Amino acid sequence: MHKDIFVKMENISKSFGTVRANDAVSFEVRKGEIHALLGENGAGKSTLMNMLSGIYKPDSGFIYIHGQKVTFQSPKESIQMGIGMIHQHVKLVEVQTARDNIIMGLKNSFFVKKNKISEELRAKARHFGLAVDPDKKIYNMSIGEKQSVEILKVLYRGADILIMDEPTAVLTPQETKELFVIMRKMAEDGCAIIIITHKLNEVMEISDRVTVLRHGSTVGTLETQHTTPKEMTDLMVGAVTDLSIKRPKVHRGKAVLEIKELVAEDPDHVPVLKNLSFNLFEGEILGVAGVSGSGQKELCEAVAGLYPVKNGEILYEKENLIGMSPRDIIRRGISMSFIPEDRLGMGLVASMDMVDNFLLKEYHNQKGPLIRRKTIAPHCEEMIQRLDIRTPGIHHPVKQLSGGNIQKVLIGREIDTNPHVLITAYAVRGLDIGASHNIYDLINEQKQKGVGILFIGEDLDVLMELCDRIMVLCEGEITGIVNSEEVTKEELGLMMAGEKIKIEGGEAS
Amino acid sequence: MRMIQRTNISKQKIILIRLISVFLSLMTASLFLQFMGHHPIDVFASLAIGAFGSAYRLRETLTTSIPLVVTSIGIMIAFKMKFWNIGGEGQIIMGAFAASYIALNYSELPKPLLLTLMFFAGFLGGGMWALIPALLKVHLGTNETIITLMLNYVAIKWVTYLQYGPWKDPNGMGFPQIATFEPNAILPKVFGVHIGWIIAIFIVLAISFLLAKTKKGFEISVIGESIDTARYAGMNVKHVIVAAIILSGGICGIVGMMEASGVNRTLSSNVSSGYGFTAIITTWLSGLKASIIIPVSILFAGLIKGGSFIQTAYGIPQSASDVLQSLILFFIIGSEFFVQYRLVRRTAKEAL
Repeated sequence: MHKDIFVKMENISKSFGTVRANDAVSFEVRKGEIHALLGENGAGKSTLMNMLSGIYKPDSGFIYIHGQKVTFQSPKESIQMGIGMIHQHVKLVEVQTARDNIIMGLKNSFFVKKNKISEELRAKARHFGLAVDPDKKIYNMSIGEKQSVEILKVLYRGADILIMDEPTAVLTPQETKELFVIMRKMAEDGCAIIIITHKLNEVMEISDRVTVLRHGSTVGTLETQHTTPKEMTDLMVGAVTDLSIKRPKVHRGKAVLEIKELVAEDPDHVPVLKNLSFNLFEGEILGVAGVSGSGQKELCEAVAGLYPVKNGEILYEKENLIGMSPRDIIRRGISMSFIPEDRLGMGLVASMDMVDNFLLKEYHNQKGPLIRRKTIAPHCEEMIQRLDIRTPGIHHPVKQLSGGNIQKVLIGREIDTNPHVLITAYAVRGLDIGASHNIYDLINEQKQKGVGILFIGEDLDVLMELCDRIMVLCEGEITGIVNSEEVTKEELGLMMAGEKIKIEGGEAS
Repeated sequence: MRMIQRTNISKQKIILIRLISVFLSLMTASLFLQFMGHHPIDVFASLAIGAFGSAYRLRETLTTSIPLVVTSIGIMIAFKMKFWNIGGEGQIIMGAFAASYIALNYSELPKPLLLTLMFFAGFLGGGMWALIPALLKVHLGTNETIITLMLNYVAIKWVTYLQYGPWKDPNGMGFPQIATFEPNAILPKVFGVHIGWIIAIFIVLAISFLLAKTKKGFEISVIGESIDTARYAGMNVKHVIVAAIILSGGICGIVGMMEASGVNRTLSSNVSSGYGFTAIITTWLSGLKASIIIPVSILFAGLIKGGSFIQTAYGIPQSASDVLQSLILFFIIGSEFFVQYRLVRRTAKEAL
């Protein structure tokens, strides 16, 4: 076997219950290569990598590391073979320094020579261009720095095979650029890097080769130079797709929601929304961009009456919503669908069926103390038809539906209440391309009806294509409101990082 | 070996697993009895006879099952909201205390009126006792498990204090006990069992209806699944939690009233007889389903009554009878694991 082939996985299969997560997957990564693993959610990327890092064991198939056949009994053995995994969400102890986090769990002599280790770490960080101060506490670090600590950790432990699970999901475009430089440097130094992603532009930018997975099987491995995003998408989805998102022209009406100098603090009196002022108009989609945790959730909850507001006004048709109960706000036609990271848990009750989940927003309109499910059932049937929800029936627990169908149920219910203002956060989180486009169509349909839509998004490309205007939040502050046709991704990135560029886009109401 | 979560399991298979677990528990218990020098089959037969063998024993068993059923229903409401109310004991005692206050001080009232007052006092006593952990939880975020548990001991010691102090029966010949209730304050019997069984059936039906068909019941189920979802749907979460916990404690308080009035005919610190704890087991065994609580509680009461019967019949010490009961429980509760998971032997392929 060629010794430059660092990782070789052969005919790997893995099932969970009746679900076949990986089916005869083969995959190899060479020395000095950045190899992208591309696939839709549920295509089996994470399962495959978890087997490589020793978390799961394959049901069948073989793994070779540096040409040697291995059977990992635990993640420890995989680390010993030089495999390092960098998870999407950093796993560091906040109150300790970078150095302590890095040496934690390593076999040390009883007394730790802290200065010597810090020196070694500094040298290593400098070599790879990682901006890490080993003596800095984790809680003082930005997300980008924390990620650098994770990278330094696996490098220090001698890994030469790095697995990075969607490393750019939490980064601004600028931080992503820096990360890519570091990855290049690591590859030049002879590491093999596997990057799990579903962002095509990143695959094009950083990878040497790309392996596409679909429904648990390898569709193929391509040389990045000789492929196009279109080709990759078609492979990923298994059909010829149209990647563009429609942005229908709708005459913008009057302002439905006027937010004036909105201030909110978290329970520790840390300001989370700092003097936000903006208008949302009928028949427009106002996108909200920002690194996660910039105040998006608090803004949604404040409008919905779920987050205490310290100062300012939220005017809905000239009426101040602040101080009203969430139910009163819902009655006025303001509807929110917030999709959290785990999809369920806010908005839907996982173990309940569609009928009960529809009732959540409906039951308080029924008269008397009793609840009537029969009147809701035909509604649900109609929704299944209209939104093409794949479910065995309206009495099937929603948690057993696929992610896209769960989101359709959620957004479908919000739309069903005929809202005036629709707030949707992370509506396409974790969805594949086809399902995402279904959701965009639903949202556009509402826009054409004259609904004012606040669309909190993650993917800048989507925001720029779908939204009429984009508002950028950074640490609870508006750093810009721009027309999406006139803005570049770089400008958005700078604003996400806190730079105030320009505030325009018809603030006059 | 490793475990895999079962995705779907047929009803027949669940019943089969349960039957196997009962069988295995009896086998294990047989070994134990054999070791003690008894004939296992005789003992098991006596256990059944002791529990259900005659009209009198059946009545005794049913009398024991009444507090189990009602307490389980009370606890179930709290458990549905993932509010771990293990303060059933304390709520039973405080319900009994409040009902006894009425019984001892207003015994001259007409019987129906007196019993009705006692009933509501019992509900109020238990409900208010449960209100303490509920308020602490929703406003200060305290751990309800610890608070409800500790309040049990406060309630026990409070009644002990009454027994030895202000409520001590002057005609009790110096014994630290509270006076026996007047006949007016004692629950009548229907078919030889105190009327509590009718109350229990009524409570089961009412709570089943509340949970399945009313808005409040819907809110309770949603909050039990996800507090965030409930907030997003505009529910007043704190309000619902507090109301439901008052109901939970209040129903336990009714048990206190029924036990003090229908069984003990007085108040004492062991009026609850451990039902508050035993009901946690029956509630879980019933899978938080109101309709299942009745048969589970009757079987459990049978186990308790049959257990005490074989003690006298075979001269088995109480501790040994407790071991038998625990073995049976251990297997039945343990079978839950096999309903949820299945074990798979590591295959040769996997070892590669």
